[in-house]
Amino acid sequence: MTTLTNILHAALTGSIGQHGEVAHAAAGAAPVQIAANGPWYAVLIPVFAIAAFLLCALCAAFKVKSKLPAWITVACLAASCGVSASVYAWVSSHGPAITYVFDWIHVVWGKDKGQSFVANFAFYLDTLTCLWMLFVTGLATLIALYASEYMSHDVGQGYNRFFAAFSLFVFSMACLVMADNFILLYLGWEGVGLCSYLLIGYFYKKPSAVAAAKKAFIVNRIGDLFLALGIMLCFVHFGTVEYKAVFAGVEEYIKHFEAGEFNKIPPVAQWIAYLLMGGAFGKSAQLPLYVWLPDAMEGPTPVSALIHAATMVTAGVFLIARTYPIFMISQYALHSVAWVGALTALLAATIGMAQFDIKRIMAYSTVSQLGYMFAGLGVMTSVGAAAHVFTHAFFKAMLFLSCGAVMHGFAGQLDLRKLSGVGSMPGWRIVGIAMLVGCLNLAGFPIITAGFWSKDAILGGAFANPHAQSIGWILLLTAGLTAYYTFRVYFRVFVGPQHFEPGDELHAHDDHGHDHAHAGHDHGHDGGHQSHSHDKAAASHDFHPHAPGWAINTVLAILAISAFVVILPLKLIPGELGWVGQMVEGSTARAVGHMEHAKFFGFDAHQAMMVVSSVVGLAGIAVAFVLHYAGRTSAATSRADALLPAFGPLANWAQHKWYVDEFYDFLIRKPLLVLAHLFHIIDQYLVDGLVDAAGYLPRAIGRLLRPSQSGELHGYALGMAGGVAALLLIVFLATTSW
Amino acid sequence: MIQVLQTLAQSGFPDRMHAATLSHFLLVSALMFVIGLIGFLTRRNLIIMFLCTELMFQAAGIALVAFGRYHLDFSGQTFVIFVLTVAAAEAAMALALVVLLFRRRESLNAEEWKELRG
Repeated sequence: MTTLTNILHAALTGSIGQHGEVAHAAAGAAPVQIAANGPWYAVLIPVFAIAAFLLCALCAAFKVKSKLPAWITVACLAASCGVSASVYAWVSSHGPAITYVFDWIHVVWGKDKGQSFVANFAFYLDTLTCLWMLFVTGLATLIALYASEYMSHDVGQGYNRFFAAFSLFVFSMACLVMADNFILLYLGWEGVGLCSYLLIGYFYKKPSAVAAAKKAFIVNRIGDLFLALGIMLCFVHFGTVEYKAVFAGVEEYIKHFEAGEFNKIPPVAQWIAYLLMGGAFGKSAQLPLYVWLPDAMEGPTPVSALIHAATMVTAGVFLIARTYPIFMISQYALHSVAWVGALTALLAATIGMAQFDIKRIMAYSTVSQLGYMFAGLGVMTSVGAAAHVFTHAFFKAMLFLSCGAVMHGFAGQLDLRKLSGVGSMPGWRIVGIAMLVGCLNLAGFPIITAGFWSKDAILGGAFANPHAQSIGWILLLTAGLTAYYTFRVYFRVFVGPQHFEPGDELHAHDDHGHDHAHAGHDHGHDGGHQSHSHDKAAASHDFHPHAPGWAINTVLAILAISAFVVILPLKLIPGELGWVGQMVEGSTARAVGHMEHAKFFGFDAHQAMMVVSSVVGLAGIAVAFVLHYAGRTSAATSRADALLPAFGPLANWAQHKWYVDEFYDFLIRKPLLVLAHLFHIIDQYLVDGLVDAAGYLPRAIGRLLRPSQSGELHGYALGMAGGVAALLLIVFLATTSW
Repeated sequence: MIQVLQTLAQSGFPDRMHAATLSHFLLVSALMFVIGLIGFLTRRNLIIMFLCTELMFQAAGIALVAFGRYHLDFSGQTFVIFVLTVAAAEAAMALALVVLLFRRRESLNAEEWKELRG
């Protein structure tokens, strides 16, 4: 056991420093000061969202058959966004503050520390909160507008339900982000999980959607268990669940952390970080709990864009950023976060490279980019991680919405082998441009994209950390793979010769979970006398893709512009990553301590990374160009197909997601199923048997005595007479002395 | 019970020479009761069975009156008056029931009625 611990110790400390820190972070460990007089109107952010939820629920109750719930949601969320902006204005001029709303949980059973349990409905408003709330409410407004058109085929049916859950999600997210204690955070955490479940299972008549919803819910429960345990341990150790008091308690350990004396920090305090990490991994789809996110694409695309790409899945990143001091005082916590993030990024990227469903590729790229964010947090560039959350939210939402527009227009078709040249079709220009902008950002096209700068900050942070070199290399490789698979989608679907086969759905329902080979079969039945290939052609000609309307185009245009505009606050304001940098440095996510700045082959790591990651990104795009665009004449094949045999079984394994689902199925689901059957048998035969026996006994006695009740009058009379005679005989015998 | 047996022993066996003693009455009472009982158990006619129960009733009444006279205590006879009253009322009821039962089955056989068997 000791050896094992030593090996673990050596492995982890060898890879990342004990007190790693990015050199530009503020020196010293002055605690984050927070005032208690926050602006009252911060409460309006969740209030507007819950109002939208209640109004949509009313619409559902009165069976409204118009787009009313969409406009209610858009208006309320826009109001929330406006309030977020004004709260940010207040915080930036007055500094961080707590807004108290009402006493929620307030139990006191003694005067000592740890003898009270206080979790008020109060908001912890610092710049980190503002950063998150600004993009959450802003994107939620835009995506609600998009959904007003995207969901239009469900008006009068699920439309009300969709927007009710959508608004409830924003309310929960606001509680999660703005909470001033772990309990309110947990409320929001479970609330977003619930809304995620409801919206993944939106098409509840589709078995695959129901299965995906259950999978997301159950996998998230595993993470949530760890989060709950972490909160409990936090209360056990610090005697409080309020951030302010917890951070005050952490403060005394920070000096040990800066001196590298982790043995002076109690192990209980260090364990909190591991448990919180488990919760973050579940919610943010990291190894080993990432399996739910790709399946979550069963939900309507606006949900995938908002919840499963831009906001909810960054809750794990937020949790770690919010409780960064707790992670810093834990010896291996940040190392673990960095490794899990880097490995997730690589694994998801390799799976994404081999998929054919464009929405699923985006899902894996989300998992991969979330891995980047965790790696950024782990190598102590919380600024880079937060910046990546921020930029990723915009461009990934845009990518999903573009895919959604394609799906909406081509009857659920998402297979990149069956679509080509969409961007040049009439009416699809804005979608094509938005997709290009999103792909450039995701691929990290140098200088002009925001995604490049945030990803570069993480890469630079990893290489600047003298003990995170291997993580840096993994991330660099992932960056190349990301550029390749992103542009694989773009070159296959949005440019090249025009060709399409419609999907197998009349409406733009999300089409997943089953093999796309079936799609061709279904169309084969349209005209029985024609040959199979002719049939498909006929189906394509009868079908007219319906180009996106004004709402989808407006939202995509706004997002495409804002994906560029977010560079301005990143680069025009001085300091690393400008505005976002300032936002993070002024909050609890600030990295403290000192660290040697590592060199990258003799160059400054950050400056070298700008060049190296540019080259890697461009190389990925170039490979995609050669393999999937240059000289391609049909939708179904490309030059890449010829290369597949070179990879042997690897390509096939990657396409089957490295059989991770099957592995979990074998390792966890099957044993549980066997156990369940065992319990079922025990229940049926042992427990039910005992209960049946209790009922059987009186019945048996009854059956025995039943013949005595013959219903014959003379039988009873004889019995009575005999009884009297017997009694008399007994009395006579008993009283006679012989 | 012991007292009853002592009383019986004191009363002695009926003698042809003497006037009627308590034993005579008790003997008549017991015979009547047994005749009633046997009739009740052997006959199937509802009216006859009812008459047999009346016979057993009156047998008990004779025993009561006899003991009352023997002890010079009138409560026995008083009780019998009540018993007679109740028996009269009961006879009215029972005969009405018998008529009803007869109307249902067109028969007075007690074995026609076995619906309450287990």
